[in-house]
Amino acid sequence: MRRYRIPFLPLVVLVFAIATAMPTLTSNPTLREELFLVFMLVTLASSINIIMGYTGYVSFGHIVFFGLGGYFAFYLMQVQGWHFLAALIAGAIPSALIALVIGIPILRLRGAYFALATVGINEAMRVVFNNWEEFGGAVGMFFNFSVYARYGGASQARDLGYYSMAAVAISTIAASYWIKRSKFGLSLMAIREDQDVAMVVGIDPSRAKVAAYVISAVFPAMAGAAFFFRNGLIEPGHAFELQRSIESLVMVVLGGIGTVAGPIVGAAVYEWLRGFLITNPTLASFQLSLAGLLLLVVVLFVTAGLVGWLRNRFPVLRSYIP
Amino acid sequence: MRTRIGAVALAVLGLVAAACGGGSTATPTASTAASGGATTQPAVTKTLNIGFTNSQTGAQQVASTKQTEGIKLWVDQVTKAGGIKLKDGTVLMPKITFYDDGSATDRVQQLYTKLINDDKVDFLLSPYSSGLVKAAAVVSEQNGKVMVTAGGADDATMEQGFQNIYQVYTPASKYLTGAIDLMLKLDPTIKKVAIVNEKDSFSVSVVAAAKPYAESKGLQVVVNQGYDTGTTDFAPFINQIVAAAPDAIIGGGHLVDGSALAKALKEKNVSARFVALLVAPPEPTFADLGDAAQFIVGPSQWEPAVKYSEAGAKALNIPYYGIAVDAFTSAYRAMFNAAPSYHSAGGYAAGLVLQKALEDAGSTDPAKVKAALDKTDIMTFFGHIKFSTDQKTHGKQVAHDMVYVQWLKGSDGKLATQIVWPPEAKTADAQLRK
Amino acid sequence: MSLEALVPSAIDGLMLGFVYGLAAMGLTLIFGVMKVINLSHGPVIALGMFVVYTLFTGPLGVNPYLGIAAALVIGLVFGVVEYLIAVDRVINAPELTTLLATFSVNLMIIGVATSTFTTTPRAVDVSLGSVTAGNITVLGTHAVAVAVAIVVAILLYALLFRTRIGKSIRAVANNRAAAELMGIDSRRMLALSFGIGTSLAMVSGALLSTLFPFNPLSGAGYEVKSFVIVVLGGLGNPTGALLGGIVIGLLEGVTTVFIPVSWVPVLEYVIFIAILLLRPSGLLGSRA
Repeated sequence: MRRYRIPFLPLVVLVFAIATAMPTLTSNPTLREELFLVFMLVTLASSINIIMGYTGYVSFGHIVFFGLGGYFAFYLMQVQGWHFLAALIAGAIPSALIALVIGIPILRLRGAYFALATVGINEAMRVVFNNWEEFGGAVGMFFNFSVYARYGGASQARDLGYYSMAAVAISTIAASYWIKRSKFGLSLMAIREDQDVAMVVGIDPSRAKVAAYVISAVFPAMAGAAFFFRNGLIEPGHAFELQRSIESLVMVVLGGIGTVAGPIVGAAVYEWLRGFLITNPTLASFQLSLAGLLLLVVVLFVTAGLVGWLRNRFPVLRSYIP
Repeated sequence: MRTRIGAVALAVLGLVAAACGGGSTATPTASTAASGGATTQPAVTKTLNIGFTNSQTGAQQVASTKQTEGIKLWVDQVTKAGGIKLKDGTVLMPKITFYDDGSATDRVQQLYTKLINDDKVDFLLSPYSSGLVKAAAVVSEQNGKVMVTAGGADDATMEQGFQNIYQVYTPASKYLTGAIDLMLKLDPTIKKVAIVNEKDSFSVSVVAAAKPYAESKGLQVVVNQGYDTGTTDFAPFINQIVAAAPDAIIGGGHLVDGSALAKALKEKNVSARFVALLVAPPEPTFADLGDAAQFIVGPSQWEPAVKYSEAGAKALNIPYYGIAVDAFTSAYRAMFNAAPSYHSAGGYAAGLVLQKALEDAGSTDPAKVKAALDKTDIMTFFGHIKFSTDQKTHGKQVAHDMVYVQWLKGSDGKLATQIVWPPEAKTADAQLRK
Repeated sequence: MSLEALVPSAIDGLMLGFVYGLAAMGLTLIFGVMKVINLSHGPVIALGMFVVYTLFTGPLGVNPYLGIAAALVIGLVFGVVEYLIAVDRVINAPELTTLLATFSVNLMIIGVATSTFTTTPRAVDVSLGSVTAGNITVLGTHAVAVAVAIVVAILLYALLFRTRIGKSIRAVANNRAAAELMGIDSRRMLALSFGIGTSLAMVSGALLSTLFPFNPLSGAGYEVKSFVIVVLGGLGNPTGALLGGIVIGLLEGVTTVFIPVSWVPVLEYVIFIAILLLRPSGLLGSRA
C-alpha cells in the first residue's frame, strides 16, 4: 500500500470539477464539446491502462466494450423507454458479462495472440451488430426526437450527457487509483512482470486477470452510453471503430503506461494536439501523419511516456504522481 | 536537455490547454462575401449567414461538389440581383460558410456544432447523402436551428419528429416505385426481379418501399440482398443473380458502388431485360463506363429536359417561383463549364426555398421562417415543392416527383440520358436491355 | 440460395484467395523472422494500389502490370527503410513497443496518402476480356492476378530455400543469437526480411488495384483479413499463409451461396477466434 504525499485523488476530482464547470462559467459551448471528448478519451485510456498497464495484456480491440455499452444503453432508451441514467448503468452490465465470458478463454493466451484475439472479438461484434436487425443492422439506431423531451429538451439532455461523461471519467480514475494502491493491483503488476513467478508466490493469475479485464470493460461501456446518447445515433462502424481503440493505446503510451496520471495527461495532450491540427488550415491534412510521427518519437525515445519519464527522471515525484 | 524540458512543458501545457482551449479559429474553406451591389438602397443591408458541410473528399465527393455548385450559383444570382428584399425594406445578402466533412458522419456532427456555436450561422443547409444529412439534422434540431436539406431522400430521417428540418428531395420511398411502373409498361411479361442494394439508410428506405410495391404488382422477388457500404467486390452478388436468372434487377446505392455494380453486370454477361440503379445513372460521369452504362435506368430528382413551367404552375393553381429550367441550365453551364446534375439542381432549390420563406416571413426570425416554410406550396424549376406539416413527418417533402432516365445510344452513336418516365415528361421511349 | 452459383462462386473466391494469401505471406514472414506484428501492413497494401494508379494515370501511362513490378521493388526499399527507422531500435523491446512503432508508420502513411490522394475512390481501368464456359465467367484481370501471385510466391520460395541469403534469413528466424555467432549480420537480414514482407504486401495491393476501386483507407479491411489468414495458417509459416489465403478465399466463395454475404465475415472471425483458442499454432503449425 503506497502512501502518497499529496491527496492525489481529491486533487484530481477538484481539477475535473473545475474543468467541468468551466464551459458554464465562461459561456463557451465549444469548450464543452472539447471537454466532453477529453473526458471520454480519459475514460478509454484509463481503462485500457488497467488491463494493459497494470496487467501487461495488450487489449487491442478494447473499443468493443465502448460499442457494446453504447448499443445496449441505446436499445434500452429507444426501444424500452428507459431513462438515460438507468440505461447508462444497466448498459454496462451485459458488457461486463461479455468481458467475463470471453475473458476467461482469451486471457489464457499470451502476447501477440491475445492482442490478435481482441481484434477478432471487436471485428466479430461489429459484424454481428451490422447484421442484427433488432439493433438496427447496418443502418444503426437513431433517436426519435421526442426522447429528449423527457430530460427537458435537447440542450438539457446534452448537458446531462456532458456531466455524466465527466462523472464516468472521474470514477475511472478513482478505480485506477485504488487498484494501483491495493493488493489486487500489486498482484496484477506481479503478473505483468513474470506470471510464472507470480503463481509461485501464490497469486491465482486467471482470477486476477479476468477481474482486471471485467473492471476495465465497465467504464468504456458507460462512456459509450453517454457518447451515443449525446450523438442521437449509433452505427456499427462508429461503435466498434478499431482506430479509436488504437488511439487509446497511443494515449496511454504517450502519457505513461502503468501510471494513474499518465492516461489523463496522454488523453489531454492527444486531443489538444488533434484539435489544434485539425483546425489549422495548413496542417489539417497532415494531422494523422504528425500524430504518427509524435507516436514514433515517443515509442522510440520516451518509452515510459511523459509521466513515466518524469517519474524516472525525478524519483522524488513518484510519491506525488501515482 | 531542451527536448526533455520540452516534454515536461508539453505535458503541463496539455492539461492546461485542454481545460481552457476552446474557441479555435479555423479557416473555413471558402465563403462568398457579401459584395453588396452598387445599387442605391436606402434600406438596411444585413448579412444572411448560411452554413453547411460538403464532401470535398471521400466517397460522396463527386455528387456533393455538384450540390455545392448549385448552392453557389444560387448565392451568385441572388447577390447579382441585389440580395433578398424583405417587406420592411431590409436587404439580405447571403454569405455561405462551409467545411469539408470528408464524407464522415462524426465530422459532420462536429462541424455543424462549430457552425452553430462558433460561426453563429442563421440558417443551415445540408451535406449530401442521407447518412450525413441525418447526422446534421440531429445537431441542427438539438440547437433549434432551421435547416433546409438537399441530397437527403431517406424517409426515416423525416419521421423522427424533427420540427426544424425541411426536405427538398423526393423521399426515398418514391425512388423505385416509378421504375417498377415503367418496367411493367415496357414489358408486362417481366416476372422475376432481383433486388441488390447498399445497406445504408437511404437505399434501405428505397427498397423497403420498392419490394412490397413490386410484390403488389405480382412480381416475384428472387434475390433480396444487401451489401455493406464500401463494398467493391460484387462477384458474390452477381453469381447469386445469375443463378436466380431474374428478368430485371433493381437496387444499387450511391455513385461508386452503383458504377461498380453496373460494370460487373456487363463483365459477367448478366442478361436481364431491365436494370434500374440508384443515384449513379443520372450522374454524367456514369458515361465513363461505356457499354456497361447502356440501357441502365436511374431515378432522378431532376433533369435538364424537365418541363416544369409557369403554365404547369397555373394548372395546379400555385405560384411559380424563381428561375426557369433553361435559364438554370445555361447559367450553370456558364459558371461551371459542365452540365448540371440533379444534385446541382437540388442545391440551388434548397437556397431558393429558403429565399422564398425569408421573403414570406419578412424577417430572419426562425419562428417566422418556419411558419413560412410550413406554408410553402410553389412550382419551381426543380418541380413542385411542399412540406408536410403533420407532427410525425414534419418537413418531409410531399409534392415533388421523380423522373426516370435511361442511357441510350442516339442516332449519332453516342450514349446520352433520355427521360423515359413518367409519360408526360419523357423525351424518348424506353428500351429493353440487350 | 442455389447450387448453380456454387461453382462460379467458388472459383471467384479461390482466385481472390491467392491474392489474399500473397499479402498474408508478407505479414507472416515478418512475424516469423522477428516476432513483430506489422501494423503498417494495411496502408502498405493501399500504397501498392496507388503505385500502380500513379504510374498508370501519370504522364508515362505505364501499363498496370509493369506497375506491379515497380510495386515489388518500391516495396522492398520502403520496407528496409521502415525497418531501419522505426523498428530496428526497439527490436528487442516488448511486443507493445514494436506494435506501436509499426502503427505509427501506419498513421504516417495514411496521413500522407490521404492528403495527397484524398479519400475519393479511384480505379485502374484495365480490361483483359473474359472467358465464359457455361455459367462460369472468368475475368482476364482475375486470372492474371492469380498468375502473378503464384509467380511471386515461387520467387519467394526460391529466395528462401535456394539462396544463401534465404538461408541466412531462416537462420535468423530460427535463432538470432546463434545466427550472429555464425557470422550472419542479423540486422541486415532483419531489414531485408521486413523489406520482403512489405514488398509482398505492396504487390498484393498492386494486383488488387486492377480488380476493384480503392482509396488510401482500403488497406484496413485487407489487413484484418491477413490477420485471420496468418493465424489460420500458422504464425510465421509462409506456406501456411498462402494455403490459409486460399482456404479463406474458397470459404468466402462457397458460403456466400448459402448465407447472406454480410454474414460471411462473422464466420471468418468465429473461425479466427476458435483457432486462437483451440489450436493457436494454426492449421500447418507455426514456425514462430
